[in-house]
Amino acid sequence: MKITREQVLRVAELAHLELTEAELDVYSRQLDEILAYIEKLNQLDTSQVEPMAQVFSGDAAGELTSAREDEARRSNVANAVLEGAPDPSRPYFRVPKVIEK
Amino acid sequence: MTASWTISSIRAALESKKLSARELTKDYFARNARRNSELNAFLALSPDLAFAQADRVDALVARGEPLPPLAGVPVAIKDVISTRGIPTTCGSRILENYRPAYDATAVSRLDAAGAIILGKTNCDEFAMGSSTENSAYGPTRNPVALDRVPGGSSGGSAAAVAAGLAVASLGTDTGGSIRQPGALCGIPAMMGTYGRVSRYGLIAFASSLDRIGPFAATVQDVASVLAVIAGRDSADSTCVPETVPNYAAELNRPVRGLRIGIPREYFGEGMDAEVRKKVEAGIKLLESLGCVPVELHMPHTDYAIATYYIVATAEASSNLARYDGVRYGLRVPGATLLDMYKKTRGRGFGAEVKRRIMLGTYALSSGYYDAYYLKAQKVRALIARDFVEAFQKVDAIVTPTSPSPAFRLGEKTADPLQMYLADIYTVTGSLAGVPGISVPCGKTPEGLPVGLQIFGPYFEELRVLQLAHAFEQAGGFSIA
Repeated sequence: MKITREQVLRVAELAHLELTEAELDVYSRQLDEILAYIEKLNQLDTSQVEPMAQVFSGDAAGELTSAREDEARRSNVANAVLEGAPDPSRPYFRVPKVIEK
Repeated sequence: MTASWTISSIRAALESKKLSARELTKDYFARNARRNSELNAFLALSPDLAFAQADRVDALVARGEPLPPLAGVPVAIKDVISTRGIPTTCGSRILENYRPAYDATAVSRLDAAGAIILGKTNCDEFAMGSSTENSAYGPTRNPVALDRVPGGSSGGSAAAVAAGLAVASLGTDTGGSIRQPGALCGIPAMMGTYGRVSRYGLIAFASSLDRIGPFAATVQDVASVLAVIAGRDSADSTCVPETVPNYAAELNRPVRGLRIGIPREYFGEGMDAEVRKKVEAGIKLLESLGCVPVELHMPHTDYAIATYYIVATAEASSNLARYDGVRYGLRVPGATLLDMYKKTRGRGFGAEVKRRIMLGTYALSSGYYDAYYLKAQKVRALIARDFVEAFQKVDAIVTPTSPSPAFRLGEKTADPLQMYLADIYTVTGSLAGVPGISVPCGKTPEGLPVGLQIFGPYFEELRVLQLAHAFEQAGGFSIA
């Protein structure tokens, strides 16, 4: 199957990526090649197979998870975090206006 | 000063007061000043932290107190692992000035064990790559052959140890990013079972695959570092509570009688002839130690790369959504919030990261989810089943680590799919979640290192280490 330039543009929109014309051309071609390679998965009948989302799932996960009580703790990192922000306005992050009057 | 230190030789020198941790730390920064401009293995140094840690060790020695397990050991940390107050860029422009507010669990455990943290090592951007050429801060060169790549994505961590700029280092492995650079730089490199080492503070690429693990000059030192960083962590719910054995203390257990599986799918076309020769000789060496080779069939091996590049990119597209110019890192101004997101991400991410975000977003998008993502998750289950079934017949699986020795800088950068195929023997174990090591297995006639990969069943890190240690001792392949 062939991935169209429109599809590539649509994916870039979904991924919030601004791409140049040159990038759109290159990615159209490369995604096409990679997806053609990935087609080989369709050689396998997986109708009776449960998907594996995690290494340890089902019974194994029950034994191996180390869930703890969800208790609030002070982390005291707010100032350090804000110091690294591109446009802090304590105690907030400032962004372009999103709500119009 | 001695060229190559090990964890135990440092300990002995400290205890006998032949050396102070401060002197050793100074020496490693001097080595760095001599070699790093050529290698580009380190992206940032942390002398303030390192000397404070060294002084703490020297104070313990002065007071005659017992030394912690990694006392005075100079280590390097891959730049995708958070270090409090020390730049952590992930090899990306988008995190150019980022300094984490906290340490990763693996880092705080190294610190508590007395290690000296020298700085941060270069890597492919967000750990996406097999050559370290995808770093926004320039490639790392292989210390064994400067015109060649060190492998990747943890190329800086591998090169730092291979060049003697650190005694041990931490890397991360998602599809082969510890084992393959270990093989290409000629040093042992290990990933434990998925969940063996906490991922807290590891900047996520593909959460169901990401693992932190050690590089060192000897298997013994790999074992010592793994024992320090492994084990339960309440900050990572996928970190397993299984007890961690004292790996280094039990390394010498005999390997006679162990059944080693040789899966024929790992010895097909596409393997360099010299790599094949060395790995076949390596298997003979294991036989001479009393291991029993068993031919295996792992039928889904050939589907691993395709599976991996759907699962890993899908998870990456979700994990990397957080880089939006709001809370940390780069912001490129835009007229609207959406415009700011798009410009920041478009300019902040490099070519390979954008390619993978695109592929992952496509695989998860409406209408394609079942055909790609769900399909890949099902094939992943088949690949994992191959391992579970194999380990009913054998105690370990032995394969080449990489189909070729270190390739030349620029050789594969134009063709992403060719670069992906560099991981052909490593991604299988990544998808299954089993532990694996790459251990040096000799050199090609050109002098390029070859790695032998050993997989073990879930939580059998000790058996993997014992085999690798016996192999290293018998073959004399270690650089230390």
